[in-house]
Amino acid sequence: MSDLNIIPQTRKTYDWPSQAGYYGKFGGKFVPEILIPALDELEKAYKEAWQDEVFQKTRMDHLHNYVGRVTPLTFAERLTEHYGKGKIYLKREDLCHTGAHKINNTIGQVLLAMRMGKKKIIAETGAGQHGVATATVCARFGLECIVYMGAEDIERQKLNVDRMRLLGAEVRSVTSGSQTLKDATNEAIRHWVTHVEDTFYIIGSAVGPHPYPQMVRDFQAIIGEETKTQLQDIEGRLPDYVIACVGGGSNAIGIFYPFINDEQVKLIGTEAAGLGAESDKTAATFAKGGTGVLHGSMSYLLQTDSGQVTLAHSISAGLDYPGVGPEHSHLFDTGRVQYVPVTDKEAMDAVKLTSNLEGIIPAIETGHAMAWLEKLMPKTKKDDLIVINFSGRGDKDMGTISDYFFS
Amino acid sequence: MTIDAVKHSINRIDKLFAEKQGDAKIMNLFITAGYPDPAETAELILGYEKNGADLIELGMPFSDPLADGPTIQYSSEVALKKGVTMDTIFGIIRKVREKSDIPIVLMGYINPVIHYGVENFFRDAAAAGADGLIMPDVPVEESSYLLKPASEKHGLPLIYLVAPNSTDERMQLVDRNSGGFVYCVSVTGVTGARQGEDIRQSVGRFIQRVKKNVTENPVLIGFGISSHEDAVEISKEVDGFIVGSALINNIREHEGKENWKEKHFDFVRSLKYGG
Repeated sequence: MSDLNIIPQTRKTYDWPSQAGYYGKFGGKFVPEILIPALDELEKAYKEAWQDEVFQKTRMDHLHNYVGRVTPLTFAERLTEHYGKGKIYLKREDLCHTGAHKINNTIGQVLLAMRMGKKKIIAETGAGQHGVATATVCARFGLECIVYMGAEDIERQKLNVDRMRLLGAEVRSVTSGSQTLKDATNEAIRHWVTHVEDTFYIIGSAVGPHPYPQMVRDFQAIIGEETKTQLQDIEGRLPDYVIACVGGGSNAIGIFYPFINDEQVKLIGTEAAGLGAESDKTAATFAKGGTGVLHGSMSYLLQTDSGQVTLAHSISAGLDYPGVGPEHSHLFDTGRVQYVPVTDKEAMDAVKLTSNLEGIIPAIETGHAMAWLEKLMPKTKKDDLIVINFSGRGDKDMGTISDYFFS
Repeated sequence: MTIDAVKHSINRIDKLFAEKQGDAKIMNLFITAGYPDPAETAELILGYEKNGADLIELGMPFSDPLADGPTIQYSSEVALKKGVTMDTIFGIIRKVREKSDIPIVLMGYINPVIHYGVENFFRDAAAAGADGLIMPDVPVEESSYLLKPASEKHGLPLIYLVAPNSTDERMQLVDRNSGGFVYCVSVTGVTGARQGEDIRQSVGRFIQRVKKNVTENPVLIGFGISSHEDAVEISKEVDGFIVGSALINNIREHEGKENWKEKHFDFVRSLKYGG
């Protein structure tokens, strides 16, 4: 927007967010006054915890012995052969407990909640993956858990709803608005506004008001840190390309962040284009959206000509969100990360190819990252190293996959 | 817009409070622009004025109103389905201004304003005859760079909120940055009518803190008020009260029936005067 007054954004090294929670002109705290004391309290507690060795040691212990980290960096030999050059590596977040990277963040946030003395946890979920990851850690630590989920998503993701219930969480159906993730998030925020004294809101992606995007990034950055060390051990150098899918953007920022200052590493975020970035059935926020405010931060989002938020579409429920994290918006504007659209069909073809050639069934979200190999590999050099954040496993998507390929 | 018009628009809210007599309470009524229909809103506002409203809060509907409860969400959805845009809203204000000088405060969320252009929004809102702006998702800090410059340029003051969990320092910050009045949120929660007893009991000590810290602006209290009795009890220590969801619920109850507006205006009168 031409008339937005922009906060100064000259920086020598990459040390976003600013004191006020901005990444360039994106981010901030766009929330009702009632949440300001809660966000201030959270920010203070988070900063202290992050510097506290005991907290970090506890967090790492749970990541190692409960989540199952360090996750492998698998050389994708047959995919590499298939494309005929370069070397493709997969960072195996699909092998985390509960089947995706989401739990790296919920472990961190739940430990913070307990440190702050909050015993009631709420979360929003779209496809149910973040809801399951939250219900899981709440069961593990004995905390009350309420998950808000759109009525339409509850219908589509019955298995995950029952997983959450089995784990002891209460799943609350959201019938307002579009009855999907966007409205589940609104409803979780409303619950938080009403029960702010004793409730901790675990946000599942690198979105929301400051300090959430920073916190989620920091809890997910272990993905990129491990990758860097592992590739150094195997190949003795940095990768040439890192690819990750972007919905809200937590797995992507987790693997990108430790590489941001390594300027020779090209970072690529794949967003869900649905039926095509130019169509009405898309979730390609950067290709089709504009600047705006949703769920507490300034970022890019899909909206109408009069600034009403529109519904996203993607075959992958985890990428079906009209917004994106503010740090990604900044990385998009500065050009440090290249964001590219991948359609439903391209992603599904990649799901099939990866399953056939590597014996690993990716989540459809992850299929969006794998699909970019088709476009990228013809342009790579013989010795290029490519790392893909293999964010989740596809078991949860078997219903969609069956309908798509086998019926 | 002429200089006179600018002066006039700056002063409507201030004038209202300056002319307020003793213990009289200001009644601020919230209506969603375009609910139940864009063609009705101006007429409803004029009717509210005749039946006791001193100030109007005109809601700008948004797809994701996260500070609002189910009632205002519903009215916003209806308004959006009926095609309400910024231009519709400014048109409603202009129509009211043909007949009335009742102060009108716009209330809404930041995204449609960003999309319209912040500078353009303030210019056009002031020109149409609006008197202030409430943006529940823009706290003082974000507002300082995003809204304040245009607000000052076009003489359309920003009205911020204080809540029961706001610290003393926070209340003072809000007071320093507000113009017109400070909106006191009676309970931690979203908008919506509540049971009278609950709402009346919880506010006492909070109001004392508000009075101590908010000294530069009048204070209006809102959230949860649904009857004259609520209003009298809750606003006795402040300058007036705000009713929104209860008003929309009342429209939902009567709308479409014969003479529904008369019955609705009876309710409005009862909010102010009892009975």
